[in-house]
Amino acid sequence: MNDLSPAAVAFKPADYRSAVKPVWCPGCGDHSVLLATQRALAELQLPPEQVAVVSGIGCSSRLPAYLNTYGFHGVHGRALPVATGLKTARPDLTVLVASGDGDGFSIGGNHFLHACRRNVDLTYIVMDNRIYGMTKGQPSPTTEPDFDTAISPGGTGLSPFHPLVVALASGANFIARAFTGDVGGCTKMIVEAIKTPGFSFVHILSPCVTFRDDQQKAWKKLARGAMVEETDDPERAARRLMTDDGFNVGVLYRGKREPYRPRLTGGDPVEALEAEFAQ
Amino acid sequence: MTPSANRSLSIALTGSGGAGVMTAGQTLLDAAAKAGFFGLMTRSTGPQIRGGEAAALIRLADHPVQSPGDRFDILLAIDFENLQRFAAELPLDADSLIVADEAAGEPPEFLVKSGAQIARLPIAKLAKSIPGARASMIALGALAALIGLPESALIEAVAASIGRKKPEALEASEKAIRLGAERAPQASVPRLNPPLGSGAARWSITGNEATGYGAIRGGVRFVGGYPITPATEILEYMASALPQCGGVLLQAEDELASINMVIGASYGGSPSLTATAGPGLSLMIESLGLAVAAEVPLVVVDVMRSGPSTGIATKSEQSDLNIAVYGLHGDAPHVVTAPLSVLDCLKTAQWSTHLAESLQTPVIMLSDQSLGQARIVVDRPDAVEFPTRRLVPAGPIEGYQRYASTENGVSPMALPGQEGGQYTADGLTHNAKGVPSSQAQDHIGQLDKRQRKLDAFDFGDYWADVEGEGELAILTWGSSSEPAREAIEAATAFGIKVKRVALRLVSPPQPERLAAALEGVKRVLVLEQSHSGQFWRYLRAFYDLPAGAQSIARPGPLPIRPAEILEQIRKWGTA
Amino acid sequence: MSEIKPPVFADAAEFFAEALAIELEASERYELLADQMEVHNNRAIAAIFRKMSAIEAEHHKEIARLAAAAKLDGLRAKFSWTGADGPEATDLSEAHYLMTPRQALGLARHNEERAAAYFEAIAAEATDPTVRAFAATMASDERRHVVWVDQWIAKYEADDPNWDEDPDPAVITE
Repeated sequence: MNDLSPAAVAFKPADYRSAVKPVWCPGCGDHSVLLATQRALAELQLPPEQVAVVSGIGCSSRLPAYLNTYGFHGVHGRALPVATGLKTARPDLTVLVASGDGDGFSIGGNHFLHACRRNVDLTYIVMDNRIYGMTKGQPSPTTEPDFDTAISPGGTGLSPFHPLVVALASGANFIARAFTGDVGGCTKMIVEAIKTPGFSFVHILSPCVTFRDDQQKAWKKLARGAMVEETDDPERAARRLMTDDGFNVGVLYRGKREPYRPRLTGGDPVEALEAEFAQ
Repeated sequence: MTPSANRSLSIALTGSGGAGVMTAGQTLLDAAAKAGFFGLMTRSTGPQIRGGEAAALIRLADHPVQSPGDRFDILLAIDFENLQRFAAELPLDADSLIVADEAAGEPPEFLVKSGAQIARLPIAKLAKSIPGARASMIALGALAALIGLPESALIEAVAASIGRKKPEALEASEKAIRLGAERAPQASVPRLNPPLGSGAARWSITGNEATGYGAIRGGVRFVGGYPITPATEILEYMASALPQCGGVLLQAEDELASINMVIGASYGGSPSLTATAGPGLSLMIESLGLAVAAEVPLVVVDVMRSGPSTGIATKSEQSDLNIAVYGLHGDAPHVVTAPLSVLDCLKTAQWSTHLAESLQTPVIMLSDQSLGQARIVVDRPDAVEFPTRRLVPAGPIEGYQRYASTENGVSPMALPGQEGGQYTADGLTHNAKGVPSSQAQDHIGQLDKRQRKLDAFDFGDYWADVEGEGELAILTWGSSSEPAREAIEAATAFGIKVKRVALRLVSPPQPERLAAALEGVKRVLVLEQSHSGQFWRYLRAFYDLPAGAQSIARPGPLPIRPAEILEQIRKWGTA
Repeated sequence: MSEIKPPVFADAAEFFAEALAIELEASERYELLADQMEVHNNRAIAAIFRKMSAIEAEHHKEIARLAAAAKLDGLRAKFSWTGADGPEATDLSEAHYLMTPRQALGLARHNEERAAAYFEAIAAEATDPTVRAFAATMASDERRHVVWVDQWIAKYEADDPNWDEDPDPAVITE
């Protein structure tokens, strides 16, 4: 329980919100992710100026503007490299990355693989609504194969991307899933992700009320707490994923990989480098 | 007032949160088309995906119009929510009429300042009096009465759009239209006479649709694409049109994949295309260089938007000229085209495909948001034929050299499957056989070949539209052409004769042709929608312009209007 | 949404802390919804949510006064940010840019109902007589709110069956 009195609490969740009002449709799951992020930061009492939120392009990527932290709204699919550069140059910051299923798994797919491998201490939050919302409804890599859209009449016929499988296979150190229908649950996953060093991936099912109104009610019934304890054994995690229908929420995997830390070889002054060239 | 203006009427229909102004605007345009009018419709919206403030901007005329007008004759506001957002896009004056719902409250300052007459109509209340009726139908009825559009045309248009789905809604809409017409405020509004029926068939089409259809006519049968505003409609159109003529569209995972899919399909023999916008074109640049070096034909449509970077995705600009012409690393000559109007997107896309296939090189077609997302009602255009042919070796192939040095630079391109034609396409500098080589004569030889392809080609009359006579000329390109044409028409009222030269072929430059076109011209006004004057600087690099040439350049996001061009013509024309 | 099980309170101070947190969360949640509606040009519903926010804020003040009167000074409103939503917080996924006053007030009514049931359950289980008394007071406050929201709803006509029909398609913005 958190003590809200001025003495005990420097930052309340509202302190993390900026003055910009979200443009997301009422009913959008991303509103809950924003609230959960504010709460997570309050839970950890991180000074807003010590936090940076990096995003790409899409509805989900609008998140940084609505927070009172530092933010970077970059180009489509490239949030992870920006965040990697930022955290490596500034290890003192808490760096969060916000993305969607299109930005993160399609154009950003390659960077996702490599960010998991690098294991830089980042928290990657992907809001998955199984559609491209901002460009008016094209299929994303997590869209069901038979979902009809204008650009893919009759459905893509393609197997959907399994983000948790890819994350595990690529070496992510913390893997969890949440559902926006449970704000507290989202908050908890984000808190755990930030607390766990290394690359932490939180896959958040976030229904799109405009383009996928089939999702809201259905997902409320389908999302359920995974009936298993989190594991630090990648093999066990892999076996669990084999029976995951995409709606188990909770922490799947919390590994023990050391987060990436640059190996500094020691504090010689710049002038000392000259010695190599001397004849 | 321009001569065109007397024969056209501009109407703005605004509202928010489910008012349905976009649909209503479309219905109005459809109705006007049925009544024999020509028209142009564009849209403006707020940042919300649904429920936001929206404006449908419609120009009706007794002749085809493809440029926005200088002002609005009528603004019909279903509400005033956030209307301030559109202030700069709604030029109104004392001759304009504003009709607003009684319940809309106080009008925003810019409306009051305009001096326009503000009339009230109890739109919401009237809609409520008819079960199932929408405010937008009341509004449309009132508009129809005000401008002299026959109710029957409006009802027919509504029936066509919703009648099939919901007959009860149709009945309610009909009643609402009649009620709106009945209660329309008494006001004098310019009347348009419909043109004398020519009997010619009419089309209602957007620039993006015209682009897609033009490409298909040009032979495109493969598209690899990634959604991006304002080009996505091209992909959506192609997704359903291509399979009907034996073609395929793949949605790629990103633009790098898109352009490479296109290269692959083209290498295999299929004329191929992708459509994107500035940010996407930036991603494709490396692979376009590959297509130049390996001599693979393809078309990239760039529907330009306000830049730089993410910019304003929903607004137009002509600021991707630099990257289209200069963006490739190395010396990589290729073709850049630009449609001159919404309808011209069709012919230019078809022509671009022909050029790509004939020259075995990428063609970047610079369309823009003002063309791509605008809808026009025009006479059905005549079909054009280009001898779209990729030069493919015929008969039994022996001693094949893919990149043989020919007189006109174009060497036959063997297609996989052709016996004896096997070669490896390469971005690496290669010799005539296609084998990688770092030899000077091969590097220079291939550079010469690729340049010669463009130098030796006769681009024909399509390179530019050259119209009129005068000592003053407007030299422009792409979407600035139509506002320029109307301005020039208006200039005759001031006794100023202006020549119009509008480039459809941006690159390779055509100095001799331009010199001929500018024969007798003493002063050139170079018109473009770019902050840094990209077209101006490009011309200065490759062309000799008459002394005293002036740059008239400004960026988006606001549309170029004839009046601002006319002002420049009057400033420089009498000198 | 599963039933919210009321916790066991060590003393009245803890109970009041919880009650304060519930009202604060409810008020803030209504404020968020009002903002969303305003951005989407639904002024009527924005006004309703702003009013509800003000009501909950007032309720929050009232509870603080009660606590002070019961000499439970220096009270700290506790809250668990990683826990489930409180019983009076509106589910954000239930909003819709075209929602009607009846629907908005329906959500408010649902909140009051749940809050009433919550405090009733506490009152039933409480061993501390102070907690029991205050919980009962809270419960009856919420029950009164239910009645009052019902009266508010009754002022509106039945919803149009086509309330969510928007002829315009979604708009590309980026």
